[in-house]
Amino acid sequence: MQPLTSSAPRRDPAPSRIAYRLQRLWLTPLFRLLVRAGLPMVLVAGAASWYLAQPENREALMAQVAELRRSIEARPEFMVRLMVIEGASDSVADDIREILPVDFPVSSFDLDLQAMRERIEELDAVARADLRIRSGGVLEIRIVERQPAAVWRVHGDLELLDAEGRRVAVLESRLERPDLPLLVGVGAERAVPEALALLEAAAPVRERIRGLVRVGERRWDLVLDRDQRIMLPERDPVQALLQVMALNEAQELLARDITVVDMRIPARPTLRLSETAIEELRTLRRVKTENRP
Amino acid sequence: MNQLYASQRAMRQMRRAAIQRGLIAILDIGTSKISCLILRFDGPDSFRPSDGIGPMAGQSTFRVIGAATTRSRGVRFGEIDSMPEAERAIRTAVQAAQKMAGERVDHVIACFSGGAPRSYGLAGEIDLGGEMVREQEVSRVLAAAEVPDYGEGREVLHAQPVNFAIDHRTGLSDPRGQIGNRLAADMHMLTVDAAVIRNLLYCIKRCDLELAGLASAAYVSGLSALVEDEQELGAACIDMGGGTTSLSIFIRKHMIYADCVRMGGEHVTLDISKGLQVPLATAERIKTFYGGVVATGMDDREMIEIGGRTGDWEHDRRTVSRAELIGIMRPRVEEILEEVRVRLDAAGFEHLPSQQIVLTGGASQIPGLDTLAPKILGQQVRIGRPLRVQGLPQAATGAGFASSVGLCLFAAHPQDEWWDFEIPVEGYPARSLKRAVKWFKENW
Repeated sequence: MQPLTSSAPRRDPAPSRIAYRLQRLWLTPLFRLLVRAGLPMVLVAGAASWYLAQPENREALMAQVAELRRSIEARPEFMVRLMVIEGASDSVADDIREILPVDFPVSSFDLDLQAMRERIEELDAVARADLRIRSGGVLEIRIVERQPAAVWRVHGDLELLDAEGRRVAVLESRLERPDLPLLVGVGAERAVPEALALLEAAAPVRERIRGLVRVGERRWDLVLDRDQRIMLPERDPVQALLQVMALNEAQELLARDITVVDMRIPARPTLRLSETAIEELRTLRRVKTENRP
Repeated sequence: MNQLYASQRAMRQMRRAAIQRGLIAILDIGTSKISCLILRFDGPDSFRPSDGIGPMAGQSTFRVIGAATTRSRGVRFGEIDSMPEAERAIRTAVQAAQKMAGERVDHVIACFSGGAPRSYGLAGEIDLGGEMVREQEVSRVLAAAEVPDYGEGREVLHAQPVNFAIDHRTGLSDPRGQIGNRLAADMHMLTVDAAVIRNLLYCIKRCDLELAGLASAAYVSGLSALVEDEQELGAACIDMGGGTTSLSIFIRKHMIYADCVRMGGEHVTLDISKGLQVPLATAERIKTFYGGVVATGMDDREMIEIGGRTGDWEHDRRTVSRAELIGIMRPRVEEILEEVRVRLDAAGFEHLPSQQIVLTGGASQIPGLDTLAPKILGQQVRIGRPLRVQGLPQAATGAGFASSVGLCLFAAHPQDEWWDFEIPVEGYPARSLKRAVKWFKENW
């Protein structure tokens, strides 16, 4: 009989039970996937988390990343050396240079164009600003300035307003811009479009206009020379003014000795005569009654 | 019988599940080699009819993706002799096949030739009462077959219905849907030694595999080595293996007889070893290179170095003529074939319409067997090789792989066995009630 407890070192071509089972395990698709994809992933994730769990490692890594970022940002192709302002008058350009404290050369990564644009647009004289970094390291600022449309006098100061009522600049003297109409009164800046429409409507008497007065922050008075005053209603003032202009056209109303044309109630225009005119009127009426038989 | 039903049904279920998963292993446990094939089932749609490939007896549904053969150990006469050795050999074959396939298999269909298979013809008959035959009637007629006393410690391996008869019409392959008064069935039952099956089961279980089917090697080699018309007209397949020579008789595409002669190629090797005083490995080598069974004048002059390692020059330089070798081999081969003839006669093979005999198996490759065999077995003898299946490596297409290939076919398309029909419900009360009603109708 063969020895049952074989101690023979003869090489057995058959796989051992363990080897056989391991091979079968290895051929199991799920296990294969686990070992080939799952195990490396777990190992890498584990190693990474172990490394990052130590604060000095983390800091070193952050520093390295920051250094790398710095070195890329500081490359000459990203540097901005020059600022060009286009479309702005000299005073506005000076203002812009003043409020943008940029020390050139600077990396384009450090320029916050959005914030710069907001700061520039905060300037009164600037309607719109476009910023871009042109090739060659030039920061180009394209400005659209506000166009003054009226002079506004309030609290003794003179200011320039654009067509939307935004402040453009402070004016030293009315004589600097005699071409612009004068608006007076608190709250006038909020009704500039209406005022411009009124001035347009009052074109026939343009030479006589001295200005528009905002009354009680709600309605306009059109002041002409000879202290004539057209009091316009709060609602639909342009219509009322056109009515007055029509009267003027037909009967030369404004050429007469009238101090106030009161249109506050458009359905009932009221005229106020000057003192002398009243006297004259009374005289005329008396003459008429005396002449009557 | 019920327990057998249960275990066979469980195996069928497992086979179905394995085919559903698309992977099943074939294990041919022989005396001289153990081969393992791994089959991949791609489903029935792998070939369209427009490709010009028909179903081909189900071969087109699978392909071999792994094949391995190893020298058998611990197996004698097709039975497991030393369990650890046999387990190692099975592990070797399965591992190599798995490695080639790159897949893990869990289900295995095995065949073996040992266990002294014994055939029984069973006949059953039931009264139909003029009703149509349905599945239920088929299973009832199979259950009505009188099971012979096949002895203690034996197990039914195959039980296939081979013939149905309704009234006087016999030779029906499928009686379902037909109407008659009397349904009779013939069944072929093959029993083997239960201990052999138990050992095999245990051995396969120790390899972490699950058995999804069990077949007799005689049956499956007949499936692959006989061509279709031989199976139809009647033929005997003789699988000359290493330790056993199994024979099966087919007619009308059913196996009707199987038997096994416990002699094979290894006995020839043993004779050479004894006769020439050489070790078994040398004897095997001499047999494969120079073996034959018909001597010619040329063979007297062809000298074979038989060698040796004793250190004695005279002994180690011995030569033997090929005629002498043939003189040793031929009596043993004749003995095997004569024993087969006896078994065939006992089975009544000479009464079959066709006397075709097909020799296959590893030992059928002896040169000259095609002239020797007709002298003993009859005129219509041919050497058969297994039919080709897709993906089978060239090394596994020889006659020695007839049972492996047959097992593939068996796995793909098993014949209906007894346990594939549903268990007959005991229909007696309902039936007698019906008869009573009928009697009342006729008499009142």
